Amino acid sequence: MSLTDLTQILRTDSLSVSYFDQLALHNINISIPQNCITALIGPSGCGKSTLLRCFNRMNDLVPGVRVSGQIFLNETDVLDPRIDVVQLRRRVGMVFQKPNPFPKSIFQNVAWGARINGYQGDMAELVERCLRQAALWDEVKDKLSRPGDQLSGGQQQRLCIARTLAVEPEIILMDEPCSALDPIATGAVEELMEQLKTNYTIVIVTHNMQQAKRVSDLTACLMHDTQSFPGRRVGVIAEFSTTDKLFTNPSDPRTEAYITGRIG
Amino acid sequence: MNNPGFDMATGFEKSPVYSLRRRKRERRNRIFRIVCLGSTMLGVFFLLTVMVAVLFRVIFPANDTRETMVSASQRLQQLADFFGRLLNNGPGIDPTEVGYKVGLAGTLWLLFFVVLLAVPVAVGAAVFLEEYCNDGKIRSIIQTNISNLAGVPSIVYGLLGLAIFQRGFGYSRLALGPCLLAGALTLSLLILPVILIATQEALRAIPKSMRYAALALGATRWQLIRDHLLPAAMPGILTGSILGISRAIGETAPLLMVGAAASLLKPPRGPFSRYTALPVEIYFNAKEPDPAYSTVAAGGILILLALLLCLNFSAITIRNRHRAKHSPKQARPANNI
Repeated sequence: MSLTDLTQILRTDSLSVSYFDQLALHNINISIPQNCITALIGPSGCGKSTLLRCFNRMNDLVPGVRVSGQIFLNETDVLDPRIDVVQLRRRVGMVFQKPNPFPKSIFQNVAWGARINGYQGDMAELVERCLRQAALWDEVKDKLSRPGDQLSGGQQQRLCIARTLAVEPEIILMDEPCSALDPIATGAVEELMEQLKTNYTIVIVTHNMQQAKRVSDLTACLMHDTQSFPGRRVGVIAEFSTTDKLFTNPSDPRTEAYITGRIG
Repeated sequence: MNNPGFDMATGFEKSPVYSLRRRKRERRNRIFRIVCLGSTMLGVFFLLTVMVAVLFRVIFPANDTRETMVSASQRLQQLADFFGRLLNNGPGIDPTEVGYKVGLAGTLWLLFFVVLLAVPVAVGAAVFLEEYCNDGKIRSIIQTNISNLAGVPSIVYGLLGLAIFQRGFGYSRLALGPCLLAGALTLSLLILPVILIATQEALRAIPKSMRYAALALGATRWQLIRDHLLPAAMPGILTGSILGISRAIGETAPLLMVGAAASLLKPPRGPFSRYTALPVEIYFNAKEPDPAYSTVAAGGILILLALLLCLNFSAITIRNRHRAKHSPKQARPANNI
């Protein structure tokens, strides 16, 4: 698989992010292809989540954030202050590290996003379809009116994925979606991602390199650039290539050191 | 390595590194516990003293000659008649005939308008400060002012109400005159900070993750607030409202400033009627030199307390029912009040 053959859906152009006066990400150029799983790996605090939150402008909610450069979703400039952020976030969904279902029924958890976005179709059908896609339907079909926050952690996370699917995004951003889950639930979520790939583009942040290896097609390794910014913690993309290449034949020595466990 | 030895106090081996001083720590713990218990008891003691004094005054009226022995059932009947009379009669010149009908009606009218005016404004302001206002500076200025307002003496609110609502800054067109609405507006101002601060606390207790979840689905701020934040904050809002209303129901001083009548023959019929309130009537009855009036005042206090208890009970019931249904497990505020 070559990077150039694929349709690029999301592209950043010299993206930099700073929190107050602290530069956090510097000169990020990355192209994310459609219907692929792209993993972002790297040591803690190197800005993986920050980068992810730029894609749907969730960073707007963090005080003191300044973003420069450009991000293109198809041909739309995501960072343009004139774009409709609400609309953007429907098109670029997000699954968080800690499962955060609403304290409402399972049905309402899935239906709410669709309803507030003005979904016109049959809500029961949509909820069933999304829960099936999230591989949760069989477990919850008899208790749709039970509170969503009383499910197990893995079920909650799949409910959050189902909720995201219900607004039919083009891209799903996942911020360490399995870090709060046990291996069995993790397996279920990973399998699910594999199935979702046919219809969605997935960008996943993970600390688990085995997971990146297992699920992703492409991997970007972010590192602290200690050479250009000595004594500071500024994240840059050390390497971005197919997962196979990055894990078997990394071209950047820092990547190699990281994936073999020598640093990070 | 030295022998760790044996600590007689705890039955465990002595640590060479940690000086446990278990006995001393245990003693301090006990002392602190007693101090806390004492504080609680002191508070309860004074509350009970007030209650007992008022009850005593009602059960043994001042003009009651102890020699006239009555049976317990007769006494109960007398008490029932006494409270029935207090609730059914209006003011008059005979202390054995007067009642609180007009004041009670005035208080209920006032409460109705206070809830109607203060709760929406306070909740709206709290939502703005917590959810919409991004500018930290403006927010902290407003916040400081609100915290100060919560501590302003009620008589000051009375003066404010007098100047703004009753007199309309001196413009007769804006002036409401000494009417029920002027009183309700003044009391609303008084309890606004109480409800506002409680609502803010409730909103702050909601985890950020709930906001992120809703916004990441493409919700507007308003959709997030309406469907998730307000339901989750509802117990806190109700708690604040109970606190506020409890304060409003007993206030006398600001009402005296904005024209509550000492004695009124008819209950108010609308927001622009003349009015009086239960605590105002109690105040004027208590000032009377005739000891028969002090029994009437004590009876009024009991009615006020009963009303307060009813309101609190119903609000707590609503809150608990709501909390069981809506609130996320991790975001429950402390179960006080």
